Amino acid sequence: MKEGQIRIPAGCAIAAIFDKTGKRMSGEAIMRSVSVMHHRSNGLGGGFAAYGIYPEYKDFYALHVFYDHPAAKQNCEEFLEQHFEIISQANIPTREVREITDKPLIWRYFLTPLPSKLAENQIDEREYVASCVFKVNTYIDGAYIFSSGKNMGVFKAVGFPETVGRFYRLEEYEGYCFTAHGRYPTNTPGWWGGAHPFALLDYSVVHNGEISSYDTNRRAIEMYGYKCTLQTDSEVIAYIIDYFHRKIGLTFAEIAAVIAAPFWQIIEQMEPAERELHEYLRNVFAPMLITGPFSIIVGFTGGLVALNDRLKLRNLVVGEKDNLVYMASEEAAIRILEPNLTKVWSPSGGEPVVIRLDGGTA
Amino acid sequence: MHLSAENLPFRELNERVKAAPGEVQIDNCYGQPFVGSGCKDKSIIIYGTPGNALGAYLDGAEIVVHGNAQDAVGDTMNDGRIVIHGHAGDALGYAMRGGKIYVRGNAGYRTGIHMKQYQEKRPVIVVGGKVGSFLGEYLAGGLIVVLGLGVEEIPVGSFTGTGMHGGRIYIRTKQKLSGLPPQVTAEIASDAEMGEIMPFLAEFAGLFDLDLKQFAFDQYYVLKPNAKSPYKKLYTAH
Repeated sequence: MKEGQIRIPAGCAIAAIFDKTGKRMSGEAIMRSVSVMHHRSNGLGGGFAAYGIYPEYKDFYALHVFYDHPAAKQNCEEFLEQHFEIISQANIPTREVREITDKPLIWRYFLTPLPSKLAENQIDEREYVASCVFKVNTYIDGAYIFSSGKNMGVFKAVGFPETVGRFYRLEEYEGYCFTAHGRYPTNTPGWWGGAHPFALLDYSVVHNGEISSYDTNRRAIEMYGYKCTLQTDSEVIAYIIDYFHRKIGLTFAEIAAVIAAPFWQIIEQMEPAERELHEYLRNVFAPMLITGPFSIIVGFTGGLVALNDRLKLRNLVVGEKDNLVYMASEEAAIRILEPNLTKVWSPSGGEPVVIRLDGGTA
Repeated sequence: MHLSAENLPFRELNERVKAAPGEVQIDNCYGQPFVGSGCKDKSIIIYGTPGNALGAYLDGAEIVVHGNAQDAVGDTMNDGRIVIHGHAGDALGYAMRGGKIYVRGNAGYRTGIHMKQYQEKRPVIVVGGKVGSFLGEYLAGGLIVVLGLGVEEIPVGSFTGTGMHGGRIYIRTKQKLSGLPPQVTAEIASDAEMGEIMPFLAEFAGLFDLDLKQFAFDQYYVLKPNAKSPYKKLYTAH
């Protein structure tokens, strides 16, 4: 059964750890954190995004791909060979876990665009990679690229997040940043591709909530060449972030002012310069306003952003201790890792929390 | 009785708490929801971070948290007392109908949303620090006090008392309160009005070992429903 074939009326858990010095930690801690919120998921989806895990291949795009059947793999590899120089390809190592069943073929490729193709298309490298990802996901039946950034990777499956982490041997990876998601699908049955994080290039999104404005947002973003192929609302957030941050060059504060815009009556009370900016952003990007309850954590190379919807209809807590920043749907998921936080707070609705590597400008 | 909650699933923890007579102390509590829900005659002392809906439907028991609490503390609580030495999350005392909640630190969005009262049942929430937006939204009854201790700015967020049609909200601040919705009137509390909350301020001071004189005789605003402007729609232009 796939997304869209059934509706299940039914919450989610999100978490993240980030070392501001860039020091790498194992995936063990994020699994422990998200396991505290076990009851917020129902076993129909779990996943992680990990940054800094492929230093030996840091100059190459790492594609993680699900294949439903061997023919999909053959077709996809044919496409990849036409468009990229493939440096390495292999199964993503997993361990047998009783609770994880019906697994697709799961492959990883390190590759770089063919220079001749890049020149021919006259687009920059990242745009080229993104367009190849959409081509595979839209046109190659049974193939789904779910991770496509440099020196980062997404790992996801149908199962509770801590089980999914064990399945992917997440403890064997080391990164400076991990995000996590435990899924409780509210409208659809849950399948491997529908698990979070949703990622494009190095942007990844984990989301707790439900987007009331999904179809407006989907129609708006599809005008810019994105394709929503997964029938689940969270996907559109990843594309909106990619569009604003990579293509338009908005800051995360500006992105927050669009997708979690303040009410007009709050904008009216602002100082003139601030008011003008907010009016501009709301007017120009009106269909990108995301309504309905959400808390999201966005990962990208060298940074992390947390954001609540403007009414703060979902929970989100941020904690700090020395170099480490923690984020989670529930404070307990942070306290299990660090009982003695120097700072802990709940950001206001629509207020982005942006964390970067020391000295980073990403 | 002592219970260590680490690695204990919430159902098991809550069954053990309910089965234990008298006083129960829970150590290493990490996120288990519904602790103490519906409990009548019992005292529950918690070290750690209890999960959401702590003391939901509480019916007379006392809960003390040494640490922070999460969301929906005292959801639909009917009677008893919840004392939190740290902060509380969103929707504190959601739809509460009786009993008392005291929080030493801050509380989140939607504190006391849709509290109600009936005859002798009158719920009370006292928050020591500040609260988020939508304080007392749709308030139908009961008493909410925000003390703003150690807070320079106005200790409440936006949309305070939106849709309020009963009950009272007291806010301690030296600033001028503004930006309230038309359903609410705000005035400096009179001596008689301060008399109404004084027992609860005294209880707060006693619980957290504070000097009542340091905060009980300052300027407080009292917010009441505006009889001239009944509830109007908020969400017209979003």
